[in-house]
Amino acid sequence: MAEHTLAPPLSEVDVRKLTLEDSVLINGTVFGIRDATQIRIFDEGIQPPVDLSGSVCLHTAPGVRKLPNGKYEKLSVGTTTSTRMDRFVPGLLERYRVRALVGKGGLSQTSVDAMQKFGGVYLAIVGGAAALETMQIEEIEDVWWEDLMPECLWKFRVKNFGPLVVAIDSLGHSLYRNVQELAAERIRQFGFG
Amino acid sequence: MTPSDSHSTPDIHIYETLELVARDLYIKALQEIPPDVRAGLSHGLETEKCDGNQTAGRILLVILDNIRVADEQKTLVCQDTGLPIFKVLVGERLNIDIARLKESLRRGCVRATAERPLRSNTVHPLTRKHTGTNTGHGIPVIKLDVVPDSDLIEIQMAPKGSGSENMSFLKMLNPSEGVKGIKKFVLQCIFESGARPCPPMIVGIGLGGTSDVAMSLAKEASTFRHIGSRSSDPDVAKLEEELLGKINETGIGPQGLGGTTTAMAVNIEWAHTHISQNPVAVNIQCWRGERAEVVLDGNGKATWK
Ligand code: SF4
Repeated sequence: MAEHTLAPPLSEVDVRKLTLEDSVLINGTVFGIRDATQIRIFDEGIQPPVDLSGSVCLHTAPGVRKLPNGKYEKLSVGTTTSTRMDRFVPGLLERYRVRALVGKGGLSQTSVDAMQKFGGVYLAIVGGAAALETMQIEEIEDVWWEDLMPECLWKFRVKNFGPLVVAIDSLGHSLYRNVQELAAERIRQFGFG
Repeated sequence: MTPSDSHSTPDIHIYETLELVARDLYIKALQEIPPDVRAGLSHGLETEKCDGNQTAGRILLVILDNIRVADEQKTLVCQDTGLPIFKVLVGERLNIDIARLKESLRRGCVRATAERPLRSNTVHPLTRKHTGTNTGHGIPVIKLDVVPDSDLIEIQMAPKGSGSENMSFLKMLNPSEGVKGIKKFVLQCIFESGARPCPPMIVGIGLGGTSDVAMSLAKEASTFRHIGSRSSDPDVAKLEEELLGKINETGIGPQGLGGTTTAMAVNIEWAHTHISQNPVAVNIQCWRGERAEVVLDGNGKATWK
Protein backbone atom coordinates (compact mmCIF):
# COMPACT_ATOMS: atom_id res chain seq x y z
CA MET A 1 0.00 0.00 0.00
CA ALA A 2 1.76 3.10 -1.30
CA GLU A 3 1.31 6.79 -0.57
CA HIS A 4 0.86 9.28 -3.41
CA THR A 5 0.57 13.04 -3.68
CA LEU A 6 -1.21 14.04 -6.88
CA ALA A 7 -1.72 17.36 -8.61
CA PRO A 8 -4.45 17.38 -11.29
CA PRO A 9 -4.84 17.35 -14.26
CA LEU A 10 -4.08 13.62 -14.08
CA SER A 11 -3.13 11.45 -17.02
CA GLU A 12 -4.33 7.92 -17.63
CA VAL A 13 -0.85 6.71 -16.66
CA ASP A 14 -1.08 8.57 -13.33
CA VAL A 15 -4.26 6.80 -12.29
CA ARG A 16 -3.33 3.38 -13.67
CA LYS A 17 -0.45 3.36 -11.12
CA LEU A 18 -2.86 3.46 -8.19
CA THR A 19 -3.88 0.20 -6.53
CA LEU A 20 -6.41 -0.70 -3.85
CA GLU A 21 -5.81 0.74 -0.39
CA ASP A 22 -3.15 3.17 -1.59
CA SER A 23 -3.30 6.47 0.25
CA VAL A 24 -3.68 9.67 -1.81
CA LEU A 25 -3.30 13.38 -1.05
CA ILE A 26 -4.39 15.97 -3.63
CA ASN A 27 -3.02 19.44 -4.24
CA GLY A 28 -4.49 21.99 -6.63
CA THR A 29 -7.88 21.85 -8.30
CA VAL A 30 -10.83 19.68 -7.29
CA PHE A 31 -14.27 20.19 -8.87
CA GLY A 32 -17.45 19.81 -6.81
CA ILE A 33 -20.44 18.08 -8.43
CA ARG A 34 -23.71 16.63 -7.17
CA ASP A 35 -27.00 15.19 -8.44
CA ALA A 36 -28.36 18.38 -10.03
CA THR A 37 -25.04 19.24 -11.70
CA GLN A 38 -24.93 15.88 -13.44
CA ILE A 39 -28.63 15.88 -14.34
CA ARG A 40 -27.89 19.11 -16.23
CA ILE A 41 -24.89 17.62 -18.01
CA PHE A 42 -26.33 14.23 -18.90
CA ASP A 43 -30.14 14.36 -18.77
CA GLU A 44 -30.42 17.90 -20.16
CA GLY A 45 -27.41 17.45 -22.42
CA ILE A 46 -25.71 20.72 -21.53
CA GLN A 47 -21.92 20.84 -21.94
CA PRO A 48 -20.03 21.73 -18.74
CA PRO A 49 -18.70 25.29 -19.08
CA VAL A 50 -15.20 24.20 -18.03
CA ASP A 51 -12.82 21.51 -19.26
CA LEU A 52 -13.02 18.52 -16.91
CA SER A 53 -10.41 16.34 -18.62
CA GLY A 54 -7.88 14.92 -16.18
CA SER A 55 -9.87 16.31 -13.29
CA VAL A 56 -10.70 15.08 -9.81
CA CYS A 57 -14.41 15.51 -8.98
CA LEU A 58 -15.81 15.51 -5.45
CA HIS A 59 -19.40 14.50 -4.65
CA THR A 60 -20.51 17.48 -2.60
CA ALA A 61 -22.93 20.35 -2.15
CA PRO A 62 -20.95 22.72 0.05
CA GLY A 63 -22.31 25.04 2.72
CA VAL A 64 -21.16 28.51 1.60
CA ARG A 65 -21.76 32.21 2.15
CA LYS A 66 -21.75 34.75 -0.71
CA LEU A 67 -19.49 37.72 -0.12
CA PRO A 68 -20.18 41.28 -1.37
CA ASN A 69 -17.52 40.86 -4.10
CA GLY A 70 -19.47 37.94 -5.57
CA LYS A 71 -17.05 35.26 -4.37
CA TYR A 72 -18.09 32.44 -2.10
CA GLU A 73 -16.70 31.75 1.33
CA LYS A 74 -16.67 28.16 2.59
CA LEU A 75 -18.72 27.38 5.71
CA SER A 76 -18.85 23.58 5.89
CA VAL A 77 -17.82 21.35 3.04
CA GLY A 78 -18.57 17.65 3.38
CA THR A 79 -19.03 14.70 1.07
CA THR A 80 -22.26 13.03 0.08
CA THR A 81 -23.05 9.39 -0.73
CA SER A 82 -21.84 8.53 -4.24
CA THR A 83 -24.21 5.62 -4.81
CA ARG A 84 -27.01 8.00 -5.86
CA MET A 85 -24.88 9.40 -8.69
CA ASP A 86 -23.60 6.08 -9.91
CA ARG A 87 -25.33 6.25 -13.31
CA PHE A 88 -23.31 9.31 -14.36
CA VAL A 89 -19.91 7.72 -13.77
CA PRO A 90 -19.36 6.06 -17.18
CA GLY A 91 -20.29 9.32 -18.97
CA LEU A 92 -17.97 11.42 -16.84
CA LEU A 93 -15.09 9.09 -17.61
CA GLU A 94 -15.74 8.43 -21.29
CA ARG A 95 -17.05 11.77 -22.54
CA TYR A 96 -15.36 14.25 -20.21
CA ARG A 97 -12.18 12.28 -19.32
CA VAL A 98 -12.60 12.76 -15.57
CA ARG A 99 -9.84 10.68 -13.94
CA ALA A 100 -10.84 10.45 -10.28
CA LEU A 101 -14.04 10.66 -8.28
CA VAL A 102 -13.96 11.39 -4.57
CA GLY A 103 -16.91 10.29 -2.48
CA LYS A 104 -18.25 8.06 0.25
CA GLY A 105 -20.22 4.83 0.16
CA GLY A 106 -18.78 3.39 -3.07
CA LEU A 107 -20.05 2.69 -6.60
CA SER A 108 -21.62 -0.22 -8.48
CA GLN A 109 -20.00 -2.85 -10.67
CA THR A 110 -20.96 -0.83 -13.79
CA SER A 111 -18.79 2.00 -12.51
CA VAL A 112 -15.98 -0.41 -11.58
CA ASP A 113 -16.04 -1.64 -15.20
CA ALA A 114 -16.01 1.92 -16.53
CA MET A 115 -13.01 2.78 -14.33
CA GLN A 116 -11.17 -0.18 -15.78
CA LYS A 117 -12.10 0.59 -19.39
CA PHE A 118 -11.45 4.33 -19.45
CA GLY A 119 -8.76 4.62 -16.76
CA GLY A 120 -10.29 6.08 -13.63
CA VAL A 121 -10.26 5.63 -9.87
CA TYR A 122 -12.64 6.12 -6.99
CA LEU A 123 -11.07 7.66 -3.92
CA ALA A 124 -12.92 7.17 -0.64
CA ILE A 125 -12.96 10.13 1.70
CA VAL A 126 -13.95 9.70 5.35
CA GLY A 127 -17.67 10.47 5.36
CA GLY A 128 -18.68 13.02 7.96
CA ALA A 129 -15.18 14.44 8.42
CA ALA A 130 -16.27 17.88 7.24
CA ALA A 131 -14.25 19.90 9.75
CA LEU A 132 -11.03 18.57 8.24
CA GLU A 133 -12.27 18.70 4.66
CA THR A 134 -13.33 22.33 5.03
CA MET A 135 -9.91 23.21 6.40
CA GLN A 136 -8.15 21.49 3.48
CA ILE A 137 -10.10 23.55 0.95
CA GLU A 138 -8.08 26.72 0.62
CA GLU A 139 -10.43 28.66 -1.59
CA ILE A 140 -13.53 28.47 -3.72
CA GLU A 141 -11.99 29.70 -6.96
CA ASP A 142 -14.99 29.58 -9.26
CA VAL A 143 -18.59 28.52 -9.58
CA TRP A 144 -20.86 27.81 -12.57
CA TRP A 145 -24.62 27.19 -12.72
CA GLU A 146 -25.42 29.17 -9.58
CA ASP A 147 -29.13 28.56 -10.24
CA LEU A 148 -28.54 25.00 -8.97
CA MET A 149 -27.28 26.27 -5.58
CA PRO A 150 -25.84 24.49 -3.68
CA GLU A 151 -25.50 21.76 -6.35
CA CYS A 152 -23.58 24.03 -8.72
CA LEU A 153 -20.35 23.14 -10.48
CA TRP A 154 -17.66 24.28 -8.04
CA LYS A 155 -13.94 24.80 -8.47
CA PHE A 156 -11.98 24.40 -5.25
CA ARG A 157 -8.28 24.89 -4.60
CA VAL A 158 -7.15 22.29 -2.10
CA LYS A 159 -4.02 21.62 -0.09
CA ASN A 160 -3.08 18.14 1.15
CA PHE A 161 -6.67 17.07 0.56
CA GLY A 162 -7.12 13.68 2.19
CA PRO A 163 -5.83 11.18 3.02
CA LEU A 164 -8.09 9.42 0.52
CA VAL A 165 -8.18 5.66 0.10
CA VAL A 166 -8.10 4.08 -3.37
CA ALA A 167 -11.31 2.05 -3.03
CA ILE A 168 -11.86 1.28 -6.74
CA ASP A 169 -8.81 1.12 -9.00
CA SER A 170 -8.52 1.05 -12.79
CA LEU A 171 -7.80 -2.69 -12.86
CA GLY A 172 -11.32 -3.84 -12.04
CA HIS A 173 -10.84 -4.11 -8.29
CA SER A 174 -13.22 -2.75 -5.70
CA LEU A 175 -12.48 -2.71 -2.00
CA TYR A 176 -16.24 -2.40 -1.31
CA ARG A 177 -16.91 -5.57 -3.29
CA ASN A 178 -14.12 -7.44 -1.50
CA VAL A 179 -15.45 -6.38 1.89
CA GLN A 180 -19.04 -7.27 0.95
CA GLU A 181 -18.06 -10.72 -0.27
CA LEU A 182 -16.17 -11.39 2.93
CA ALA A 183 -19.07 -10.11 5.08
CA ALA A 184 -21.59 -12.27 3.20
CA GLU A 185 -19.36 -15.30 3.73
CA ARG A 186 -19.00 -14.63 7.47
CA ILE A 187 -22.76 -14.18 7.88
CA ARG A 188 -23.29 -17.51 6.09
CA GLN A 189 -20.82 -19.09 8.52
CA PHE A 190 -22.90 -17.82 11.46
CA GLY A 191 -25.75 -19.84 9.97
CA PHE A 192 -27.71 -16.71 9.00
CA GLY A 193 -27.09 -16.81 5.27
CA MET B 1 -49.37 17.32 52.06
CA THR B 2 -51.16 19.96 50.04
CA PRO B 3 -50.29 20.24 46.36
CA SER B 4 -48.38 23.46 46.99
CA ASP B 5 -45.98 21.58 49.27
CA SER B 6 -45.21 18.82 46.83
CA HIS B 7 -45.06 20.91 43.63
CA SER B 8 -42.65 23.67 42.83
CA THR B 9 -43.39 26.54 40.51
CA PRO B 10 -40.55 27.27 38.13
CA ASP B 11 -38.90 30.63 37.61
CA ILE B 12 -40.98 32.95 35.41
CA HIS B 13 -38.20 33.09 32.83
CA ILE B 14 -37.93 29.31 32.51
CA TYR B 15 -39.38 29.27 28.98
CA GLU B 16 -36.88 31.82 27.69
CA THR B 17 -34.13 29.84 29.37
CA LEU B 18 -35.38 26.66 27.69
CA GLU B 19 -35.26 28.38 24.32
CA LEU B 20 -31.62 29.43 24.81
CA VAL B 21 -30.70 26.02 26.15
CA ALA B 22 -32.32 24.31 23.13
CA ARG B 23 -30.37 26.57 20.78
CA ASP B 24 -27.10 25.85 22.57
CA LEU B 25 -27.79 22.10 22.73
CA TYR B 26 -28.28 21.97 18.95
CA ILE B 27 -25.02 23.80 18.26
CA LYS B 28 -23.04 21.90 20.89
CA ALA B 29 -24.22 18.53 19.57
CA LEU B 30 -22.92 19.45 16.11
CA GLN B 31 -19.55 20.72 17.35
CA GLU B 32 -18.55 18.55 20.29
CA ILE B 33 -18.53 14.78 20.15
CA PRO B 34 -19.62 13.20 23.46
CA PRO B 35 -16.88 11.63 25.65
CA ASP B 36 -18.22 8.07 25.35
CA VAL B 37 -18.13 8.27 21.55
CA ARG B 38 -14.56 9.60 21.58
CA ALA B 39 -13.58 6.72 23.85
CA GLY B 40 -15.31 4.26 21.48
CA LEU B 41 -13.41 5.62 18.49
CA SER B 42 -10.05 5.56 20.31
CA HIS B 43 -10.73 2.01 21.40
CA GLY B 44 -11.49 1.14 17.76
CA LEU B 45 -8.17 2.64 16.68
CA GLU B 46 -6.28 0.50 19.20
CA THR B 47 -8.10 -2.62 18.02
CA GLU B 48 -7.35 -1.96 14.36
CA LYS B 49 -3.68 -1.32 15.17
CA CYS B 50 -3.47 -4.61 17.06
CA ASP B 51 -5.13 -6.43 14.16
CA GLY B 52 -2.77 -4.78 11.65
CA ASN B 53 -5.59 -3.21 9.59
CA GLN B 54 -3.78 -0.23 8.12
CA THR B 55 -6.63 1.26 6.11
CA ALA B 56 -9.05 0.99 9.04
CA GLY B 57 -6.45 2.54 11.35
CA ARG B 58 -5.89 5.43 8.93
CA ILE B 59 -9.63 6.12 8.73
CA LEU B 60 -10.03 6.19 12.51
CA LEU B 61 -7.06 8.55 12.77
CA VAL B 62 -8.73 10.91 10.28
CA ILE B 63 -11.97 10.77 12.29
CA LEU B 64 -10.17 11.59 15.55
CA ASP B 65 -8.21 14.34 13.81
CA ASN B 66 -11.48 15.75 12.46
CA ILE B 67 -12.94 15.85 15.97
CA ARG B 68 -9.85 17.69 17.20
CA VAL B 69 -10.09 20.28 14.40
CA ALA B 70 -13.78 20.86 15.21
CA ASP B 71 -12.87 21.34 18.92
CA GLU B 72 -10.09 23.78 18.15
CA GLN B 73 -11.81 25.82 15.47
CA LYS B 74 -15.36 25.52 16.86
CA THR B 75 -16.58 24.25 13.51
CA LEU B 76 -19.17 21.60 12.73
CA VAL B 77 -17.87 18.06 12.95
CA CYS B 78 -19.92 16.95 9.93
CA GLN B 79 -21.85 18.99 7.36
CA ASP B 80 -25.18 17.26 8.06
CA THR B 81 -27.03 19.39 10.60
CA GLY B 82 -29.65 16.65 10.84
CA LEU B 83 -33.23 16.67 12.07
CA PRO B 84 -33.49 17.88 15.67
CA ILE B 85 -34.67 15.31 18.22
CA PHE B 86 -35.20 16.06 21.90
CA LYS B 87 -35.66 13.62 24.72
CA VAL B 88 -37.09 15.44 27.72
CA LEU B 89 -37.60 14.05 31.21
CA VAL B 90 -39.71 16.37 33.34
CA GLY B 91 -39.75 15.99 37.12
CA GLU B 92 -43.29 15.36 38.35
CA ARG B 93 -42.96 17.95 41.11
CA LEU B 94 -42.33 20.79 38.68
CA ASN B 95 -45.39 22.73 37.53
CA ILE B 96 -44.37 23.20 33.94
CA ASP B 97 -46.57 24.03 30.98
CA ILE B 98 -45.75 21.29 28.47
CA ALA B 99 -47.11 23.16 25.46
CA ARG B 100 -44.87 26.16 26.25
CA LEU B 101 -41.90 23.89 26.89
CA LYS B 102 -42.31 22.34 23.45
CA GLU B 103 -42.65 25.75 21.84
CA SER B 104 -39.42 26.86 23.54
CA LEU B 105 -37.55 23.86 22.13
CA ARG B 106 -38.87 24.61 18.64
CA ARG B 107 -37.84 28.25 18.87
CA GLY B 108 -34.39 27.22 20.07
CA CYS B 109 -33.92 25.24 16.85
CA VAL B 110 -35.05 28.19 14.74
CA ARG B 111 -32.58 30.43 16.55
CA ALA B 112 -29.67 27.99 16.23
CA THR B 113 -30.33 27.78 12.50
CA ALA B 114 -30.48 31.56 12.03
CA GLU B 115 -27.80 32.63 14.47
CA ARG B 116 -25.03 30.04 14.00
CA PRO B 117 -26.02 29.83 10.97
CA LEU B 118 -26.83 26.19 10.22
CA ARG B 119 -27.86 24.54 6.97
CA SER B 120 -31.58 23.77 7.14
CA ASN B 121 -32.66 20.29 6.07
CA THR B 122 -36.41 20.22 6.71
CA VAL B 123 -38.62 19.78 3.65
CA HIS B 124 -42.26 18.82 3.02
CA PRO B 125 -42.33 15.07 2.26
CA LEU B 126 -44.30 15.52 -0.99
CA THR B 127 -43.49 18.96 -2.38
CA ARG B 128 -39.90 18.78 -0.99
CA LYS B 129 -40.26 22.50 -0.23
CA HIS B 130 -37.79 23.79 2.36
CA THR B 131 -38.93 25.44 5.60
CA GLY B 132 -35.48 26.98 6.05
CA THR B 133 -35.59 26.75 9.86
CA ASN B 134 -34.79 23.10 10.68
CA THR B 135 -38.30 22.99 12.15
CA GLY B 136 -41.70 22.28 10.66
CA HIS B 137 -44.79 20.14 11.04
CA GLY B 138 -43.82 17.54 13.67
CA ILE B 139 -40.22 18.76 13.78
CA PRO B 140 -38.37 18.99 16.15
CA VAL B 141 -39.21 15.50 17.30
CA ILE B 142 -39.88 15.71 21.05
CA LYS B 143 -40.04 12.61 23.20
CA LEU B 144 -41.37 13.52 26.60
CA ASP B 145 -41.70 11.59 29.82
CA VAL B 146 -42.36 12.34 33.46
CA VAL B 147 -39.98 11.29 36.23
CA PRO B 148 -41.25 10.66 39.77
CA ASP B 149 -39.75 12.42 42.82
CA SER B 150 -37.94 15.06 40.80
CA ASP B 151 -38.19 18.79 40.17
CA LEU B 152 -35.61 18.86 37.39
CA ILE B 153 -35.81 18.96 33.60
CA GLU B 154 -33.33 16.64 31.88
CA ILE B 155 -32.86 17.24 28.16
CA GLN B 156 -30.92 15.22 25.61
CA MET B 157 -30.68 16.57 22.08
CA ALA B 158 -29.54 14.83 18.90
CA PRO B 159 -29.41 16.34 15.40
CA LYS B 160 -29.83 13.01 13.62
CA GLY B 161 -28.04 12.83 10.27
CA SER B 162 -29.71 11.32 7.22
CA GLY B 163 -26.94 8.91 6.21
CA SER B 164 -27.46 6.80 9.30
CA GLU B 165 -31.19 7.50 9.77
CA ASN B 166 -31.90 6.16 6.27
CA MET B 167 -30.57 2.85 7.60
CA SER B 168 -33.73 2.09 9.61
CA PHE B 169 -35.48 -1.27 9.47
CA LEU B 170 -38.53 -2.92 10.98
CA LYS B 171 -39.69 -6.49 10.76
CA MET B 172 -42.61 -8.20 12.44
CA LEU B 173 -41.02 -11.62 12.77
CA ASN B 174 -42.92 -14.77 13.64
CA PRO B 175 -42.59 -15.72 17.30
CA SER B 176 -41.49 -19.17 16.05
CA GLU B 177 -38.42 -17.56 14.45
CA GLY B 178 -37.31 -16.78 18.00
CA VAL B 179 -33.96 -15.28 18.98
CA LYS B 180 -32.25 -16.78 15.94
CA GLY B 181 -34.64 -14.85 13.69
CA ILE B 182 -33.80 -11.65 15.57
CA LYS B 183 -30.04 -12.17 15.16
CA LYS B 184 -30.39 -13.04 11.50
CA PHE B 185 -32.47 -9.96 10.76
CA VAL B 186 -30.02 -7.65 12.55
CA LEU B 187 -27.04 -9.09 10.65
CA GLN B 188 -28.91 -8.66 7.35
CA CYS B 189 -29.61 -5.01 8.19
CA ILE B 190 -25.94 -4.39 8.93
CA PHE B 191 -24.91 -6.07 5.69
CA GLU B 192 -27.38 -4.01 3.69
CA SER B 193 -26.24 -0.78 5.36
CA GLY B 194 -22.58 -1.47 4.53
CA ALA B 195 -20.58 1.73 4.09
CA ARG B 196 -23.58 4.06 3.90
CA PRO B 197 -24.19 4.99 7.56
CA CYS B 198 -20.55 6.07 8.04
CA PRO B 199 -19.30 3.19 10.22
CA PRO B 200 -18.01 2.61 12.86
CA MET B 201 -21.62 2.84 13.95
CA ILE B 202 -23.76 2.51 17.02
CA VAL B 203 -26.43 -0.11 16.39
CA GLY B 204 -29.75 0.52 18.11
CA ILE B 205 -32.21 -2.35 18.38
CA GLY B 206 -35.79 -2.21 19.61
CA LEU B 207 -37.37 -5.48 20.65
CA GLY B 208 -41.03 -6.11 21.40
CA GLY B 209 -43.91 -3.71 21.90
CA THR B 210 -45.99 -2.69 18.90
CA SER B 211 -44.39 -1.72 15.57
CA ASP B 212 -44.10 1.98 16.44
CA VAL B 213 -42.78 1.22 19.93
CA ALA B 214 -40.11 -1.10 18.53
CA MET B 215 -38.90 1.65 16.16
CA SER B 216 -38.89 4.23 18.92
CA LEU B 217 -36.93 1.92 21.22
CA ALA B 218 -34.37 1.37 18.47
CA LYS B 219 -33.88 5.15 18.21
CA GLU B 220 -33.53 5.43 21.96
CA ALA B 221 -30.91 2.67 21.85
CA SER B 222 -28.88 4.10 18.95
CA THR B 223 -29.03 7.76 19.82
CA PHE B 224 -29.57 8.35 23.53
CA ARG B 225 -27.91 5.36 25.21
CA HIS B 226 -24.25 5.80 26.01
CA ILE B 227 -21.52 3.59 24.57
CA GLY B 228 -20.37 1.13 27.22
CA SER B 229 -23.75 0.93 28.96
CA ARG B 230 -25.39 -2.49 29.21
CA SER B 231 -29.04 -3.46 29.45
CA SER B 232 -30.17 -4.20 33.02
CA ASP B 233 -31.87 -7.36 31.76
CA PRO B 234 -29.20 -10.11 31.76
CA ASP B 235 -30.63 -11.93 28.71
CA VAL B 236 -30.79 -8.70 26.73
CA ALA B 237 -27.28 -7.72 27.86
CA LYS B 238 -25.99 -11.09 26.66
CA LEU B 239 -27.59 -10.56 23.26
CA GLU B 240 -26.04 -7.09 23.02
CA GLU B 241 -22.60 -8.55 23.54
CA GLU B 242 -23.09 -11.46 21.19
CA LEU B 243 -24.38 -9.23 18.39
CA LEU B 244 -21.54 -6.72 18.84
CA GLY B 245 -19.07 -9.56 18.43
CA LYS B 246 -20.79 -10.93 15.32
CA ILE B 247 -21.26 -7.53 13.67
CA ASN B 248 -17.57 -6.80 14.09
CA GLU B 249 -16.66 -10.23 12.75
CA THR B 250 -18.36 -9.36 9.44
CA GLY B 251 -15.24 -7.33 8.66
CA ILE B 252 -17.19 -4.37 7.17
CA GLY B 253 -15.04 -2.01 9.24
CA PRO B 254 -14.70 1.78 9.33
CA GLN B 255 -16.34 3.38 6.28
CA GLY B 256 -17.13 -0.08 4.94
CA LEU B 257 -13.54 -0.45 3.72
CA GLY B 258 -12.67 -3.43 5.92
CA GLY B 259 -11.61 -3.92 9.53
CA THR B 260 -12.80 -5.09 12.91
CA THR B 261 -14.53 -1.92 14.08
CA THR B 262 -17.85 -2.04 12.25
CA ALA B 263 -19.78 -1.07 15.37
CA MET B 264 -18.68 0.64 18.57
CA ALA B 265 -21.77 -0.56 20.42
CA VAL B 266 -24.94 -2.59 20.11
CA ASN B 267 -27.65 -1.27 22.41
CA ILE B 268 -30.99 -3.00 22.85
CA GLU B 269 -34.09 -1.46 24.41
CA TRP B 270 -37.15 -3.65 24.86
CA ALA B 271 -40.80 -3.81 25.82
CA HIS B 272 -43.12 -6.73 26.43
CA THR B 273 -45.06 -7.75 23.37
CA HIS B 274 -48.03 -9.79 22.19
CA ILE B 275 -47.87 -13.58 22.34
CA SER B 276 -48.25 -13.71 18.54
CA GLN B 277 -45.79 -10.91 17.76
CA ASN B 278 -42.00 -10.68 17.56
CA PRO B 279 -41.16 -7.15 16.41
CA VAL B 280 -37.54 -6.17 15.75
CA ALA B 281 -36.46 -2.69 14.78
CA VAL B 282 -32.98 -1.48 13.87
CA ASN B 283 -31.81 2.14 13.79
CA ILE B 284 -28.22 3.12 13.12
CA GLN B 285 -26.22 6.01 14.50
CA CYS B 286 -23.03 7.00 12.67
CA TRP B 287 -19.53 7.49 14.11
CA ARG B 288 -20.20 11.06 15.10
CA GLY B 289 -22.78 9.85 17.69
CA GLU B 290 -24.03 13.41 18.00
CA ARG B 291 -25.71 14.16 21.32
CA ALA B 292 -25.73 16.96 23.91
CA GLU B 293 -27.20 16.86 27.39
CA VAL B 294 -28.24 19.32 30.05
CA VAL B 295 -30.13 19.30 33.36
CA LEU B 296 -32.18 22.35 34.41
CA ASP B 297 -33.59 23.06 37.83
CA GLY B 298 -36.78 25.02 38.44
CA ASN B 299 -34.79 28.29 38.67
CA GLY B 300 -33.44 27.74 35.21
CA LYS B 301 -29.94 26.88 36.41
CA ALA B 302 -28.35 24.68 33.76
CA THR B 303 -25.84 21.92 34.42
CA TRP B 304 -24.18 20.86 31.16
CA LYS B 305 -22.93 17.34 30.95
S1 SF4 C 1 -23.90 9.46 8.32
FE1 SF4 C 1 -23.33 10.73 10.08
S2 SF4 C 1 -21.13 11.17 9.87
FE2 SF4 C 1 -21.90 10.36 7.90
S3 SF4 C 1 -22.37 12.23 6.73
FE3 SF4 C 1 -24.27 11.57 7.73
S4 SF4 C 1 -24.34 12.68 9.70
FE4 SF4 C 1 -22.25 12.83 8.89
